Amino acid sequence: MRLVLEQRPETGFALRLLSPLLAVALALASAAVMFAALGADPLVALHAYFILPLSDSWGLQEVAVKATPLVLISVGLAFCYRAGVWNIGAEGQFLLGAIGGAWLAIATHGAAQGPWLLPAMLIAGAAGGAIFALIPAVLRTRFGASEILTSLMLVYVAELLLDWLVRGPWRDPDGFNMPQTVTFSPAATLPLLAEGGRLNLGTPIALLVVAAAALVAARTLKGFEIRLVGEAPRAAGFAGIDAKRLTWLVFALSGALAGLAGIVEVSGTLRQLQPGLSPGYGFTAIIVAFLGRLNPMGCLVAGVFLAVTFIGGENAQIMLRLPLDATRVFQGLLLFYVLACDTMLLYRVRLLRSAPA
Amino acid sequence: MTLLEAILLTVMTASTPLLIAAIGELVAERAGVLNLGVEGMMIMGAAAGIAVAITTGSSAAGVAAAILAGMALAAVFALLVLGLATNQVAAGLALAIFGLGLSGVLGAPFVGVPRAGIGKIEVPFLSDIPFLGAVLFRQDPFVYASFALVIGVAWFLGRTRAGLVLRACGENAAAAHALGYKVLRIRFLALLFGGGCAGLAGAYLSLVLTPFWTSGMTSGRGWIALAIVVFASWMPWRAVAGAYLFGGVTILQLHAQSAGVPVPPQAMAALPYLITILALVLIMRARSGGSTAPAGLGRPFVPDR
Repeated sequence: MRLVLEQRPETGFALRLLSPLLAVALALASAAVMFAALGADPLVALHAYFILPLSDSWGLQEVAVKATPLVLISVGLAFCYRAGVWNIGAEGQFLLGAIGGAWLAIATHGAAQGPWLLPAMLIAGAAGGAIFALIPAVLRTRFGASEILTSLMLVYVAELLLDWLVRGPWRDPDGFNMPQTVTFSPAATLPLLAEGGRLNLGTPIALLVVAAAALVAARTLKGFEIRLVGEAPRAAGFAGIDAKRLTWLVFALSGALAGLAGIVEVSGTLRQLQPGLSPGYGFTAIIVAFLGRLNPMGCLVAGVFLAVTFIGGENAQIMLRLPLDATRVFQGLLLFYVLACDTMLLYRVRLLRSAPA
Repeated sequence: MTLLEAILLTVMTASTPLLIAAIGELVAERAGVLNLGVEGMMIMGAAAGIAVAITTGSSAAGVAAAILAGMALAAVFALLVLGLATNQVAAGLALAIFGLGLSGVLGAPFVGVPRAGIGKIEVPFLSDIPFLGAVLFRQDPFVYASFALVIGVAWFLGRTRAGLVLRACGENAAAAHALGYKVLRIRFLALLFGGGCAGLAGAYLSLVLTPFWTSGMTSGRGWIALAIVVFASWMPWRAVAGAYLFGGVTILQLHAQSAGVPVPPQAMAALPYLITILALVLIMRARSGGSTAPAGLGRPFVPDR
């Protein structure tokens, strides 16, 4: 018995919509098996994971707060992956954005701060992420060094840089020696949008970015060029598209969005720098991008779904003593299924029983 | 034992897991498959290795379990990229995330359980050679295994017909297929070999290097192994040089930290990652654009029946 793939002449719209849904269903079924194997009642665990976070106002706000960085990062990554550029270091660009924006908040702490501060912090965050992302881009175009490996290596560098800053020069002098910076003043904090939760201005910013990105991807020449370079690099070359500059562009764009996510998270939610301030948003966003079919609107939906798994994982840890790593297993499984289901879009998968001729 | 001998010994222990994982990935890549999930397979090997070693009390059983765990993950990856022709980069990332998560779940009951490491084996007579004997012939079994793997793989790829066929699959899958070779089966076996090596490298971490389990203990070694393959230009002997370079940098930064070099410890800890980037850039520059990667690396192959 063996698997045989037959090319499909065309892919219907229904199939495109069905594929991610099927992937989610398969991942949920696998998660139920995993929960049972870990000694938990699968239905109780699934409820804690996927229903409980959505059942009260506080939970819904938390989902929005967690979805915000995931959506911002994944929208940028979608542009990269569309262009066939493999930026997998968004986690590091997220941290550099957090550092870049927080620098302004800390430098002006206790001094004259005005309404200019927040916009300046957001810009500094985006710039920090973009500049950090341009390192692997330039190493790629100038020397041909694999952007997969260099962007990933820089994640570790960014984590160590953050660790050094909060333990060394930026440590809060009144913080009882804890590795953290001062708590940002109100002028350096994104305003809350609702009572009794942490929902803040970052979420509408993310929605605006999604709308703008959807417009760029579908309605502009640049959006078309990005797709063309990814799908038919030779044709793009003949059409006079500079693949090198496009690599810089998508890297800078995704780095800027990851950096924006970083400063939004720090200024809106955490209000200080601390080590381990990201629970792996930059890596989860890769899954979000694929689950969202590398499409900004899709990233929005997928980002909300994966945000639920973060909160659900914490619920399940507290209520059912399930290890927090179970969330990562689920996320990895989900990406497996998303990729497997995407094969159905291009090929008809058949199981042949007879021996090949 | 002199100080130099001691340093060389620690360099070897730091380099051996990198070398084992890199040589496995090298074979998979020569067959044309880019498996970015080395980190995931490696940490699954570390978790499975120590879990089985503690439960059964046998180091050998632990090592066997580690190899099998790495191969099992490689088989999942193979189902995706060979059976379903998915994108290899994305599937590799999924494998890395999945392996990190699953190892954390499996290893949770074993966190901090101490265990005697695997002892060293002295080669009779040879270990009495001054200097060289102490460094090369009083080692743990993994070090010997790593050199056996390099010699075996170099011989297999360069001197055997099967090795030639494997390389053909990596250079031009369509041509190999037209000649009647089972490209997908050969790639599958190459992936299994890579997975087994990654698992073995993981077992080295949890059974020898730091003989207890901590979540995420590979700390990027799987990714560095991938970089070593590029650095080595896909040649087994050069992988030895690469692995020992990176192992040496790791040890150097540890010694510099303990010697009180006036540099923040985080900067020293970042050194192996920065050196990896630098090495990738320098090697690409030295090749001045001419790539030595297998021509079909990363390209899915779908046989037309």
